[in-house]
Amino acid sequence: MSRHETVIGLEIHAQLKTESKIFCSCSTRFGGEPNENTCPVCFGMPGVLPVLNKKAVEYGIKMALAVDCRINSRSIFARKNYFYPDLPKGYQISQYEEPLAEHGRISILSGDGEKVIGITRIHMEEDAGKSIHSSTENVSYVDLNRTGVPLLEIVSEPDMRTPREAVAYLKALRGILLYLEICDGNMEEGSFRCDANVSIRPRGQEEYGTRTEIKNMNSFRHVQKALEYEVGRQIDLVEDGEKVVQETRLFDVEKGVTRSMRGKEEAHDYRYFPDPDLTPLIIDPDWVEILRADLPELPIARQKRFVSDYSLPDADALVLTSEKDLADFFETAVAEYNQPKKICNWIMGELLGKLNERGLSISGAKITPGQLAALVRLVDEDKISGKIAKQVFVEVFDKGIDPEKVVEEKGLVQISDSSALEAVVDEVLGAHPDEVQRYKDGQKKLLGFFVGRIIKETKGQANPGVVNKIRSRKLG
Amino acid sequence: MKDIINKSLLEISKSLQMRQIKVREVVEACFDRIDQTEPKINALLCMDKESCLSRALEMDKSGPDPDKPLWGVPITVKDVFCTKEFPTTCGSKILENFQPCYEATLVEKLKNAGAVILGKNNMDEFAMGSSTENSAYKNSRNPWNLECVPGGSSGGSAASVAAGQCFASVGTDTGGSIRQPAAFCGITGLKPTYGRVSRFGLVAFGSSLDQAGPMTRTVADSALIMNVISGHDPKDSTSASRPVPDFLAALEKRQDLKGMRIGLPTQYWMEGLSPETLESCRNAVDAARDAGAVIVDVEMPHARFGIAAYYIIAMAEASSNLARYDGVKYGVRDKSSADLQEMYRKTRSRALGEEVQRRIMIGTYVLSAGYYDAYYKKAAQIRRLIQQDYLRVFESCDLVCAPVTPSPAFKIGEIIDDPLQMYLTDIFTTSLNLAGMPGMTIPVGLGRDTGLPVGVQLIAPAFEEALTLQAGQVMENALPGVGTPTGLG
Repeated sequence: MSRHETVIGLEIHAQLKTESKIFCSCSTRFGGEPNENTCPVCFGMPGVLPVLNKKAVEYGIKMALAVDCRINSRSIFARKNYFYPDLPKGYQISQYEEPLAEHGRISILSGDGEKVIGITRIHMEEDAGKSIHSSTENVSYVDLNRTGVPLLEIVSEPDMRTPREAVAYLKALRGILLYLEICDGNMEEGSFRCDANVSIRPRGQEEYGTRTEIKNMNSFRHVQKALEYEVGRQIDLVEDGEKVVQETRLFDVEKGVTRSMRGKEEAHDYRYFPDPDLTPLIIDPDWVEILRADLPELPIARQKRFVSDYSLPDADALVLTSEKDLADFFETAVAEYNQPKKICNWIMGELLGKLNERGLSISGAKITPGQLAALVRLVDEDKISGKIAKQVFVEVFDKGIDPEKVVEEKGLVQISDSSALEAVVDEVLGAHPDEVQRYKDGQKKLLGFFVGRIIKETKGQANPGVVNKIRSRKLG
Repeated sequence: MKDIINKSLLEISKSLQMRQIKVREVVEACFDRIDQTEPKINALLCMDKESCLSRALEMDKSGPDPDKPLWGVPITVKDVFCTKEFPTTCGSKILENFQPCYEATLVEKLKNAGAVILGKNNMDEFAMGSSTENSAYKNSRNPWNLECVPGGSSGGSAASVAAGQCFASVGTDTGGSIRQPAAFCGITGLKPTYGRVSRFGLVAFGSSLDQAGPMTRTVADSALIMNVISGHDPKDSTSASRPVPDFLAALEKRQDLKGMRIGLPTQYWMEGLSPETLESCRNAVDAARDAGAVIVDVEMPHARFGIAAYYIIAMAEASSNLARYDGVKYGVRDKSSADLQEMYRKTRSRALGEEVQRRIMIGTYVLSAGYYDAYYKKAAQIRRLIQQDYLRVFESCDLVCAPVTPSPAFKIGEIIDDPLQMYLTDIFTTSLNLAGMPGMTIPVGLGRDTGLPVGVQLIAPAFEEALTLQAGQVMENALPGVGTPTGLG
């Protein structure tokens, strides 16, 4: 064990899936022509004013409740002032001294069991636009479609001790956002973004070491790699007698290292002050209670229920509940056909495998829970073999056709009729007299050869159990 | 023409509604008056005679609409309001030729009420100033004495109304910018309660202080404009969802000031008043007493901190509000720059005026790390104390009466090079904006020494504009008033 202890805190920015932006009625739709979803408010035109989107507040409260935060009955929007071309007003409307919610906690499961991570605060803010620098001309463009998309900033306590815990925390937060259906959690597209504060200290020391802030991590894998690299870098520095410098570092995806932003990161003075265009945000406690009562079952609770109700292993329950849509798929399938373990195996194996292979999420898949349940039932009822079922699955997955129909159309029904199979067995044995003799002389491993031939003759439709019975009768 | 332009807004509106006069005649009379006076007073930044006249013809054809209280009435607005039909410069080079594609709620309301907007008034750049000398385009002059400033920042509006170019103008008041020019030009100007009139489309200076209001020749005219422009606007989160009374009807309910208690803050009736201002304002108080009011001395212990707190808060907000003028999206851009930082620097250094730059820098300073607590935070605390001063006074008084300015209009160029002295001319007006209370200037008479108009302020509790209007009208009737401007020949 290293004599250094790692300390990690994360800052998450989650784009909220509201229909319209946080301070105007423009659409939040991703994609689209540059500056398509903009208005004078997005452009920071003279004289225009922000009007708060109540839905964004609702989503913020839901998240705060889901991670046990205290909701502040009064919070204040503040201006964060800095100049940048994709920041049209010259300030970002955010929250500073009095955020929406504080003092929360979240349970995570990493390798070492359950652990509680503190949430310092959750506040609301508007996203900035995008600067696009041309690679061919000496010119930059600004796209303000993203300007004003609502963001939740979720700041954790420095409670994580390994990169793995940090990733587990990220996944847990993302899971909750998805369960609440308030963020689509796409790290690549930037709707779920993460910055990390990392430091090390000698084990047993209470004081924190000097931290660095790591940016530009666009996937869970990046986060893991960036943090591992940064921890190693800091340990090397300290062991060489050098000091960690407080700075912002960018993760270089290609090289797998973190690099200092150097001169670019001047000490910013954002000159925060309360935004006079917005009144204090007063949250009615009755509204909070209504939202609390309306909260869905959250990932950790669901995971525990999957273990107890369906007798699934912890690991399977964790995977199934990691995404709400996947867990919903599982439960709908089980409601159709009450074989949770078998359905779970199909999801964990074939379904997730195919989704991964095609780069799809469960919501984008054509197969329905009912179809998966029907497929499992077909196997259980000996209508098809497990091997054929895998072929059928691919058809169902790709085309969304009912498995019964696939089986029927392709004539894949399992042959369990022993008279029909007997003819095939006779034929195979008749065609291979040498092998039959050798088998009878004691070469018992030829058994596989015969079974293989018989299954092949029936295009895989032979019921292996029945084949075995006939074979043992004929060959002894 | 004289017959037409000397009428009050209320009178001309009645004549128009009764078809005793055509819209075209009224609009033509105003443009004639503009042709005659504009070279002398420089009150307008733009106007559109042609489209106003063709609009007037259409209106005459379709006939009056009794549901439109300003039907056919020519007015102007300060160039701080966004308008679809006119450019909106805010008196600044950085917004030269800026043409909004949206309209201020207030302008929409005026148009829906049937008003004919002739043009837009000159102003101090971004409403920062007390003399209109900070306009990037022209110096407006006081119709009473062309060597004098009309006040500011709504100086163009005050000069237009006083000179009879229009029947009303709408200005804005962040620290006195309606009331002070109204006093200097001898007209009525009302700063409503913060939140009474929508700020949507009003180019922001100090967002927590800015409020639009009427500038007219009579109290009743202000009441009518207030009826049109007041009310909640879903596009402005700080606009109040309070019922709007019929201000004009309220005026008929009071012919005297019997039973009304008017407080005189001792802090405002001592320091630095010119003798003629003190004399005129005392005459106003006497008139109120004669009309039945009980006059009492009141204390506003934090008043002396008002001007410092006001400038800190206004400049802090301005430094942030004006950050959007960066040359990136609209307005003027310096094209000679090699990189982004240089473009920002040159654009803003070249296209923003000296006073605006001064305020941005001071505002930036007071919000900076290490200074925020000593300046901005302290100013916000003083603001609350001043609000409490007012609330305490209004426990025992219906209204507060105070001078508007320490002295009548000063000469053009007289104090422009001394910003601190210029700031101090706002000493009696800023506390109201900090407290959010409504206040109105009414002309009292002409100063004994200068012959220039002197005004007095009536201040009411929040959302009690009707009270200031009622008392204002009683005093207007009792006082000699100022008559027509003497500086136009």
